[in-house]
Amino acid sequence: MAIDTTRAAGSEFSPDNPAPLIEPPRTRTPHSPRATRTNFELYGWLFMRLSGIVLVILVLGHLLIQLVLDGGVSKISFAFVAGRWASPFWQVWDLAMLWLAMLHGGNGLRTIINDYAQNDDTRFWLKALLYTATVFTVLLGTLVIFTFDPNIR
Amino acid sequence: MATPTLDKPAGAEAGADHLVTVTFRIRRFNPEVSDQASWQDFELAIDPKERVLDGLHKIKWEIDGTLTFRRSCAHGVCGSDAMRINGRNRLACKTLIKDIAVLKDGRGTKPITVEPIQGMTVLKDLVVDMEPFFQAYRDVLPFLITEGNEPSRERLQSPADRARFDDTTKCILCAACTSSCPIYWSDGQYFGPAAIVNAHRFIFDSRDEAAERRLEILNDRDGVWRCRTTFNCTDACPRGIEVTKAIQEVKRALVTRRV
Ligand code: SF4
Ligand code: FES
Repeated sequence: MAIDTTRAAGSEFSPDNPAPLIEPPRTRTPHSPRATRTNFELYGWLFMRLSGIVLVILVLGHLLIQLVLDGGVSKISFAFVAGRWASPFWQVWDLAMLWLAMLHGGNGLRTIINDYAQNDDTRFWLKALLYTATVFTVLLGTLVIFTFDPNIR
Repeated sequence: MATPTLDKPAGAEAGADHLVTVTFRIRRFNPEVSDQASWQDFELAIDPKERVLDGLHKIKWEIDGTLTFRRSCAHGVCGSDAMRINGRNRLACKTLIKDIAVLKDGRGTKPITVEPIQGMTVLKDLVVDMEPFFQAYRDVLPFLITEGNEPSRERLQSPADRARFDDTTKCILCAACTSSCPIYWSDGQYFGPAAIVNAHRFIFDSRDEAAERRLEILNDRDGVWRCRTTFNCTDACPRGIEVTKAIQEVKRALVTRRV
């Protein structure tokens, strides 16, 4: 929290004109967060570890199939994607990847915002933006995977 | 200088060929003079087997009596002189000059930097406000809690039970770990490694009966889940406590709900 330390030239700090005081962290003020008594952070932490492990398999497999095997990236076309999504296996694969990657990344960014946003308003708006983007991407992706029609022209 | 310093006894430097010349570059801050901190260099002739604390004493007693720092025992027991020396948190009283200065022809090639520990409000020079640190410490109930009648004899414990928390009994509350933690730096709300170490000391004590309460406290937003396993705390601890491991053990106890 920025604190204004500018002052008129020549006004030395003294007992009568003390230097600005910074409120130390963890002092109990009316704004101190209340204890929540939930396991939310515990589950968040566990989710990060587990989804991370699953994502390694899902994403590396995805990259291998899309970019390396069978002619590499040049084979990717509408027909290729349509062919894969004809199988429920790849639908589930892509759906799991979408959800896990978005929630994993979203939770990671939430942590970073909590750490580095100093101002309550900044924190609120950054999180609002993050949650909107996450929900939007997850819903749109899910919709596409389930309503995909290989016959559109 | 306004504050008196000791008069130098005549001939004190005689026969001083074992001494080396090193520069101490110290982060000075005096809120009554300026709201900005600044670096000040002091050149000293000092025995390389002396400690950084001896260098600070020499400066305070012989060169500039206004230099302000905390120390009490001077032997690594009280935990009052944790400071950032050459960019790392250490106890000034346990850090030898020869171990941190690169010496060439009896001179240090680079200055030894000494700063206050990070993440807490600097009050003056190397003295920081430790209140938030001790507030977090008090918050984890760092004392024995039992129920029922007092036993008429001592509370017995097997060597194996004692060994579970042996490491975390060694903490001297110097704050080297907490003030090296980037999560603590960010907003100062995180309990910090030292508080968790001292919670661990009682959570895993078979004689104590309030493990649940402490785990509940550390399960909150600013508890153990903010730990990012950076290992800065383990590197910083002058007592060699495996701080990150202790934090992980608390996390595991929370996940499995078993102490
Ligand atoms: S755990 Fe180590 S570094 Fe942290 S306060 Fe205790 S003694 Fe100091
Ligand atoms: S002065 Fe007591 S630990 Fe260094």
